Amino acid sequence: MKVYKYGDNVDTDVIIPARHLNNPDPKALASHCMEDIDASFASTVEEGDIIVAGANFGCGSSREHAPLSIKACGVKCVIAKSFARIFYRNSINIGFPIMECAEAAEAIQPGDKVTVDFQSGIITDETQGKTWQAAPFPAFVNGIIQSGGLLNSLKARGVAK
Amino acid sequence: MGMTMTQKILAKHAGLESVEAGQLIEAKLDMVLGNDITTPVAITEFNKAGLTQIFDKDKISIVLDHSTPCKDIKSAQLCAQAREFAKRFDITNFYDVGQMGVEHALLPEKGLVAPGETVIGADSHTCTYGALGAFSTGVGSTDMAAGMATGLAWFKVPSAIKVTLKGKFRPYVSGKDVMLHLIGEIGVDGALYKSLEFGGEGVKELAMDDRFTIANMAIEAGGKNGIFPVDDVTRAYLNGRVTRAWEAFEPDADAVYEREVVIDLDQLRPTVALPHLPSNTRTVDQVEGMPIQQVVIGSCTNGRLKDIKEAAEILKGRKVAKGVRCIVFPATQQIMLDAMAAGYIQALIEAGCAVSTPTCGPCLGGHMGVLSDGERAISTTNRNFVGRMGPVSSEIILSSPAVAAASAVTGCVTDPAKLEKL
Repeated sequence: MKVYKYGDNVDTDVIIPARHLNNPDPKALASHCMEDIDASFASTVEEGDIIVAGANFGCGSSREHAPLSIKACGVKCVIAKSFARIFYRNSINIGFPIMECAEAAEAIQPGDKVTVDFQSGIITDETQGKTWQAAPFPAFVNGIIQSGGLLNSLKARGVAK
Repeated sequence: MGMTMTQKILAKHAGLESVEAGQLIEAKLDMVLGNDITTPVAITEFNKAGLTQIFDKDKISIVLDHSTPCKDIKSAQLCAQAREFAKRFDITNFYDVGQMGVEHALLPEKGLVAPGETVIGADSHTCTYGALGAFSTGVGSTDMAAGMATGLAWFKVPSAIKVTLKGKFRPYVSGKDVMLHLIGEIGVDGALYKSLEFGGEGVKELAMDDRFTIANMAIEAGGKNGIFPVDDVTRAYLNGRVTRAWEAFEPDADAVYEREVVIDLDQLRPTVALPHLPSNTRTVDQVEGMPIQQVVIGSCTNGRLKDIKEAAEILKGRKVAKGVRCIVFPATQQIMLDAMAAGYIQALIEAGCAVSTPTCGPCLGGHMGVLSDGERAISTTNRNFVGRMGPVSSEIILSSPAVAAASAVTGCVTDPAKLEKL
């Protein structure tokens, strides 16, 4: 696994530029993921890689294409100091793991070997020998994630038909 | 404990006596919105989950405004998918080319949002309707699909920042300057997860179109929503548009705010945001003379009649500078008609502007005004992120319609007050 590290305010326009929104197929989106901030990302990213970023990750447009493209690249999770609110709920709603942890986001360096435990919220940097605790999800939100996304959870409750 | 305007609206829609910041609730929705980019993804999720029912055909709006009139085959296929879904469920408020406008100008114009209502839209600028005293916020496509199926959405009840407005505008200052100034003060995540609640005696000085501009850009400060109290200006706007019963909410006297920001409208100067963040603000006098190759006047932020008027009054009898392309896109068909009747469109075309049918195209670098390498635009839109309107080497400066129009005349960033003397 590799770590890709970015700064503050990574917006959804650089995660997936609007010129590619005319094809919402996840594989097509993945081929342009992070194109305007890191032109080599889509060609080098591999299953299980992790994105580490600063504050307000995913700010800007509501396009769900942004977390969809990252997920379709095989990225295991995004660890950030904070997330923009629409990106945050979109990730939860599509069942893509995100972890909010300012200390980990600060300390982890590209090239580090990092493991994450979504159940406990523990992030481990094996290279640096450090561990951090990510902010836990509220039970309600955890329920959505455990159901495999919002629509599945609403169906399971019988409110969506 | 007292509640903010937003908290009162959310409590009512969640069927609760009261709510407090941080509480997770499920609220009933009065409107669910999507456009031609986000609706197809919602439809795919809706179908993938095996859903077959919508909650209310009158409470869903689908507006084909982003890549329309369709810019390419793939966009046309997305529009066809949305059109088919609207037909399948007999969606009342489906707006296609010819009737559509930029969604956040269109919905209020059609009376589809009223004070005290709760609206989600799969478009980040859905926060615009806070100008009418509604709770409205942007969400993604899965939320839209869930909202269409159930009429419900989950929310974390937001805390709030109080923005108190005082005084009145000086010439060539408008709602855009208020919001750029505020974002410059608090930053692009200054209101993250929070409400921006506007109040103070300065509110009455703001035209409805200024309030729409201000609420529209709450998201650019990271905000969940931006909301105004309901007053005579709101009631005059609603008159003839909304016939159903609605309820105005005021904050409790002991409502809790995380902080207060006071803005003296008298002290505001025309303000711009330099590349590449809306918080990178300067007053126009600090950056006068920066050359521009394109001017964009319109969008859900600044494509309403007052915006077109302000641009036309500056451009009337003048010419767009050689080497500058000035594109004006009134946000709805009705705004276009009103602008024609008032002579604004003629003045703009005679000045050398290209006037477009409603579309979101240029704002997000979709079509109808994409930039080339190293080009710089001054634009009345809402985002100046890297690559938003063209290649990563292109740049966007955000401004009001007045500053954009004055800059079109000179070919560089210009204070409209100084244009009078040229």
